[in-house]
Amino acid sequence: MNIAVCVKQVPDTEAPIRIRADGRGIEEGGLTFVPNYYDEHAIEEALRIKERLGGAVTLITAGPGRAVEALRAGLAMGADQAIHIQDAALEAADHIVLARLLAAAIAPLSCDLVLCGRLATDDNAAIVGPAIAEFLGLPQATAVTRLELGQGTARVHREVEGAVEILELSLPAVITVERTINEARYPSLPGIMKAKRTAITVRTLADLALAPDDLGPPRVELLSLTPPPRRQAGRILEGEPPAVVKELVRLLHEEARVL
Amino acid sequence: MSRDVWVLAEHTDGHPRKVTLELLSKARDLAAALGGRVAALVLGESPAPLARELGARGADAVFVAEHPLLATYTTDAYTAVISPLVAREQPSLLLIGSTAAGRDLAPRLAARVRAGLVTDCAAVDLDGGRVVVTRPVMTRKAIARVAFRDGGLRIAVVLPNVFAPAPADATRAAQVIPVPVTLDPGAIRTRVAGMTPVARETVPLTEADIIVSGGRGLRGPENFALLKDLAAALGAAVGSSRPPVDSGWVPHDYEIGQTGKTVNPQLYIACGISGAPQHLAGMSSSRYIVAINKDPQAPIFGVASYGVVGDLFQILPLLTAEVRKLKAAQAG
Repeated sequence: MNIAVCVKQVPDTEAPIRIRADGRGIEEGGLTFVPNYYDEHAIEEALRIKERLGGAVTLITAGPGRAVEALRAGLAMGADQAIHIQDAALEAADHIVLARLLAAAIAPLSCDLVLCGRLATDDNAAIVGPAIAEFLGLPQATAVTRLELGQGTARVHREVEGAVEILELSLPAVITVERTINEARYPSLPGIMKAKRTAITVRTLADLALAPDDLGPPRVELLSLTPPPRRQAGRILEGEPPAVVKELVRLLHEEARVL
Repeated sequence: MSRDVWVLAEHTDGHPRKVTLELLSKARDLAAALGGRVAALVLGESPAPLARELGARGADAVFVAEHPLLATYTTDAYTAVISPLVAREQPSLLLIGSTAAGRDLAPRLAARVRAGLVTDCAAVDLDGGRVVVTRPVMTRKAIARVAFRDGGLRIAVVLPNVFAPAPADATRAAQVIPVPVTLDPGAIRTRVAGMTPVARETVPLTEADIIVSGGRGLRGPENFALLKDLAAALGAAVGSSRPPVDSGWVPHDYEIGQTGKTVNPQLYIACGISGAPQHLAGMSSSRYIVAINKDPQAPIFGVASYGVVGDLFQILPLLTAEVRKLKAAQAG
């Protein structure tokens, strides 16, 4: 079974960020970038399927030069090959445009399965996976917590409001995964050595037989990033527990009026 | 393009979801400013009876798509019905709730009709004729303002509990517009094979007005009973931070934060939660936050409206009893 996994390189969620002076992005100097956490679970799922059924796992990213490190991390986990889409057109791309590019790179691979993380932890968009499914003309399942493969089919679990939905879909398909689907492995030392030697295929818009007009203009535009409003730290209630609890309920009832 | 604002009306047990009512209320403001109408779009096996309630809650028109294959949400069927309809009617803006179905559908639909799409919206405003949305990014370390560009449909996927629903106005009646539906069963490539309810005390977390949430400080799964008692007294939902999920005390469905749900209740009671950035990312826009923690240095106190430093095993039963007393007095 051949599997493509989409990977995004994102700032480490633990790291503080500095917003650029023009407000249109963040300062990258000194910032640590890592593979998107959910994508690691997608890679893990792909590797487990490969270990059971054979086939190849291909990683695909679209991003600047530094994004190659996310591909190397996935190769070190055990993926077989990697494609890096690099093009000036990426600068202005919105998520739908990005999905069109990724779909163009995935289409020639004749995959049985395309796996993505549920979302990327930098922009939380959760757009690219289902949009790739549309551009490839494939069925989709999103935010999947469990994946079982049958003959040309997949059976998945999804968290919906107040229930777990069990969905059956035909393959090939695009599936985005939730973090609880598996425990992602760490790269092995031999894996890291092998990843260093693996050639990464670079693709431009022209390589993908796309012209800038094929992508269409981006339909959304980031106007600004600002720090979140600071919450005022409130009041610490002091005293013996029974008195403190009485006072808390009084405040919630009379001051906050939420009870 | 019309000036109309549309709302995808999700429903459960014959009634619109809470987020649908919130979106209808917001759509009224936006449509009034744009000089357009509010339309709700409802799909289902026999959703026509919902039109009355959708009208009373703000819809001027209700597009009703009725078909046995629409009984449960599937990506293929919903996209097949909605995309030709929006291409023909050309609404200016389509609001979709950030639900499991909404998040699954919106990108697929946007890719098909080449709409502009922004997800996780915490505000939707008009700014000099442009539709501008606000959304938290980067573990809520920044707030992004994003503008739609002209050139077709705009789709905003909006977080629940952000807008207040308008009260029902029984004198309002919406025009009901049937949507012709032709669906090829073979073109629906997913089949819902089952639905297993997750045992929940009350409403889904994302819709709850009050959430009682527990962290590592609860020390074990059995102690979530303390939260459930308090939640029952408050009519609240129970959530958790990440450690209880990773320890297997509660299912992932409970998790609030970067790797779980984003919630926006009126009141969030954090019990034994230290307040790691990844947790704060999912709850720090709650209107009021109460923190109960034995460590006075815990970062959760930095965002709490009211803090109680102490032993939650002592405080929670007292709090439950005190809330019951208040509720009994209110009922009496």
